[in-house]
Amino acid sequence: MSEEARSAGARITEGESYIGKSVVRPQTARLLAGRGVFTDDIKLPRMTHVAFLRSSHAHARIVSIDAGAAKALPGVVAVIAGEEMARVCGGWVGTLAHFKGMKSAKQYPLAIGRATWQGEPVVAVVAESRAVAEDAVARIAVEWDPLPAVTDPETALDPSTPVIHPELGDNLAFELELTSGDVDRAFREADAVYSDTFWMGRHTGVTLEARTILADFDLSEQRLTVYHSFQAPNMMQDILARHLRIPEHNVRVITKDVGGSFGIKVHIYPDEMAACALAVMLGRPVKFVADRFESFLSDIHARDHRVKAEVAVKRDGTILGMKVDDLTGIGPYSVYPRTSAVEGNQTVRLTPCGYKFRDYAASLKVVLQNKTPMCQYRAVGHPIAFAVMEGMVDRVARELQLDPVEVRRKNYITRDMYPYTSPTGYFFERLSHEEALDRLLEISDYPALCAERDTLRSRGIYRGLGLCTFIELTTPGPAFYGVGGARISSQDGCTIKLEPTGKLICMTGVTEQGQGTDTMIAQVVATAMGVPLDDVRVLTGDTMVTPYGGGTWASRGAGIGGEAALLAGKALKENVLKVAAAILACEPMDLDLRRGRIVDAGTGEVRLDLGELGRIAYFRPDTLPKDFQPELAVTRHYVPRHQGFAFTNGIQLSHVEVDVDTGFVRLLKHWAVEDCGRIINPRLVDEQVRGAVVQGIGAALFEHCVYDEQGQLLTGTMGDYLVPMAAEMPEIVVDHVQTPTLFAEGGFKGAGEAGVAGAPGAVLNAVNDALAPFNARVTRQPITPDVILKALDKL
Amino acid sequence: MKPAPFVYHRPATLEEAFDLLERYGPEGRILAGGQSLLPALNMRLATPAAVIDINRLPGLGAIRLAPEGLVIGALARQDAVERSPVMAQSAPLIAQAMPHVGHLATRTRGTFGGSLAQADPAAELPACVVALQATMRVARRAGTQEIPAAQFFRGIYTTALAPGEILIEVAVPPIAPGWRSVFDELARRHGDYALVGLAAHCRVSDGAVADARLVFTGVGLAPVRASRTEAVVSGRRLDPGVLAEAGRALEGDLDPPADVHASTALRRHLARALLTRVLTRLVGN
Repeated sequence: MSEEARSAGARITEGESYIGKSVVRPQTARLLAGRGVFTDDIKLPRMTHVAFLRSSHAHARIVSIDAGAAKALPGVVAVIAGEEMARVCGGWVGTLAHFKGMKSAKQYPLAIGRATWQGEPVVAVVAESRAVAEDAVARIAVEWDPLPAVTDPETALDPSTPVIHPELGDNLAFELELTSGDVDRAFREADAVYSDTFWMGRHTGVTLEARTILADFDLSEQRLTVYHSFQAPNMMQDILARHLRIPEHNVRVITKDVGGSFGIKVHIYPDEMAACALAVMLGRPVKFVADRFESFLSDIHARDHRVKAEVAVKRDGTILGMKVDDLTGIGPYSVYPRTSAVEGNQTVRLTPCGYKFRDYAASLKVVLQNKTPMCQYRAVGHPIAFAVMEGMVDRVARELQLDPVEVRRKNYITRDMYPYTSPTGYFFERLSHEEALDRLLEISDYPALCAERDTLRSRGIYRGLGLCTFIELTTPGPAFYGVGGARISSQDGCTIKLEPTGKLICMTGVTEQGQGTDTMIAQVVATAMGVPLDDVRVLTGDTMVTPYGGGTWASRGAGIGGEAALLAGKALKENVLKVAAAILACEPMDLDLRRGRIVDAGTGEVRLDLGELGRIAYFRPDTLPKDFQPELAVTRHYVPRHQGFAFTNGIQLSHVEVDVDTGFVRLLKHWAVEDCGRIINPRLVDEQVRGAVVQGIGAALFEHCVYDEQGQLLTGTMGDYLVPMAAEMPEIVVDHVQTPTLFAEGGFKGAGEAGVAGAPGAVLNAVNDALAPFNARVTRQPITPDVILKALDKL
Repeated sequence: MKPAPFVYHRPATLEEAFDLLERYGPEGRILAGGQSLLPALNMRLATPAAVIDINRLPGLGAIRLAPEGLVIGALARQDAVERSPVMAQSAPLIAQAMPHVGHLATRTRGTFGGSLAQADPAAELPACVVALQATMRVARRAGTQEIPAAQFFRGIYTTALAPGEILIEVAVPPIAPGWRSVFDELARRHGDYALVGLAAHCRVSDGAVADARLVFTGVGLAPVRASRTEAVVSGRRLDPGVLAEAGRALEGDLDPPADVHASTALRRHLARALLTRVLTRLVGN
């Protein structure tokens, strides 16, 4: 741990610290005992279920809908189509003001007149059971007039391609040109220029618990209560209030246990909005659970980028400049309210960020197409940016016969250069590329792996090693969404109240998705207060109760929620010591709170139990001085004010063996060294990194939403869409460098996406290293046997 | 993802099962382990009027050695087959294939006979019973009939089973001296349906393949016996020239379909790589 880490640590607490300890998540026992409550576990009186007739065409006019047979089925409560629904819930447009020139069309809960992707909800059927609702859906006859589907982003802007939304004029949702320095000069002065085109396949985030929502509207009070498997309950509350025209304080969104989200559950989905609107229309609770078919067709997809990259270098491997051209298709609508321009924007802005070259030019085009809408999924843009950048770095090393490690070292932003602003405008307080690389080489015994690889090659065994340096955007302030007009909170609050027995109830605006947010918050609060961890209970995800906040996204839980918890804990401790001083007739500064007891600050002698303090404060305040009022509940808020984002960094190494007869890749081992600042719970961080590495490996080798030319999804089941599974996963070694941020007292940054950011690039480079003896190279993900055999000229 | 309405029956005897099969005809579907039927029902790919659950029929789950060979009851769970101590000795091909049949969790429910009667063109067990020249015992009201495995599989999800018939057991003939088995497959993830699989049962003599039965899975409508390839390798030592010749012959044996997982060209390529691998293991020690 660095010197500044230790000094910042001392500022947190003088008592026993839970920061940096792998305490067991308190909810583990509950979940293992089967006592978890997921949204679908909630059953309300008079509850109904909704199923949707979804478009079977990628693009088609709805000529007519005959729902007579569906309505006649016993158990059916209502059958409702687009226009009737729109009277209760109007449409929305997914644009943000800070993306200049961005455009998208108005989207409704149910398609009106025309469907624009296979899977778009068209008719809602509400029934006494989901099975009856599905029976009724099967009885609805829709007459379709198929229209030509726009599927290939490469031709989306051609004059001969139909325009999906004629009112927009073309299929261009957003474009961006970025330039920094003098790229032309860099390319003129280069000893060599290398170019490649990368294709990053469309995939999705497969959550174990599918999207689920249960909406209950109380007509008598005009109150809407929504149980939602979701990441951002306050965002949903705001949107429901505005779009269903219900006063905000009458809308309550509750997130119970959430079985994974990964960015899938932070967007506005038409089917979920329809379920809430139906609850208002019918005055009965309406539950919607996406089944796996629906998940593949309607959960947001991600990636689907074609990136052309050119890099200008000196003979010694010094990178002089880079040009990047990114084209991405986002489906027929930009997703509300975060928009679908963010991934492309981040891709082109993140690409050069590990290195010190300044001459950079990027061009981005975000186009519409008749496929499932795309939006932010874990590590938005990062895996694309770093697969491209690191793929190019390895290309440079190969072409110039240089050591890939040395090419990186030569080009890194070095420790003497911070604070540093990237050519794309990102501010880095302090990154640790050199330290992370050194650590990685050490823990992996990299030189030995290289030697083994070289030996085995002569025996016809083709192993490869792939490095991927990455940075991760975490802890965003309002620059992300707020400045663009989205009502998405970048601040979070934390409320802590002392119960009469001295126990603490803590409510936080950040949310729990299975990643351990509540554990992390409890550790921070217990440390800041000076109480045993078991004395803290954390409550998340109830807009009627928890302080207003953003929830979970962009690796913000620790950096923002953790800091708010730290501030709240310190404030409550101060108040507690004031009460103790009043009881003990001394000065607060003479006292401290340690392990749940008021002690003499100098000697550590126990003066008062916290429970006794609570008893007096709540039940015998008459014994306190007349002018003294105990305040034993506090709320503190935090938003990053001094930097737009808290960037983190790291490096990964993938070790693979490629079977050059079959094109199959065997993952031998994977290492990740990352720097998320001060670590609150090492085990939770390690498991975040491991899980994210697995998702990154999924993108690199397995996961792919494949469409045919008519826009039909061909991978709509778990049999056809390959998620990474345990048998194929390698051992994943995780290690850390800790560079705490000095802009916040806790020093915490985010860790949720680092694994995804670096794994695809590492695997890509490892495969290419294995293929090097054949002078073959792949630049397409997922890297299937087909891709490898074609690169080897065997297919 | 809820099934369309159906009637559920659980006959206690074969006679009751025959009654139900007669009553419903093609609208009645037999439920064994349910690992294929239940997903098909939930996805509404199958919408039978009745599901006839044969799990309570007595005596169909046994695995026993009989004079005619190893007899595996149709209702024997796949994991029971996998763990059966007689399997490695009496049907090593099946023993090798079992770990590739789905996943441990599905094998605890899935049945040996169910996998055969389902006749998925990418399944492992159909190729194995064809390579082993097993006999399929089929019960109907009039009595039991025996169908050679090679005549049992007729196409995608299609078998020689006639309406009113139930597969009750499979008899694998004793392994003759000198015969060896190798099963292997190429799947993207362990437990997936293979892109291509090969059940090889051959007599190996003096380091050469004397008689060859090479049955591929995942490359056609049903298990595909590679007879041209068998002819090339039979009676010859497997040097690189013979393997190359066998690979060329395989082109004539297989006409694999393309799907989202693999093109025809990829399946051909992988089949050839697998053939080389399996034959090399077969004649090796």
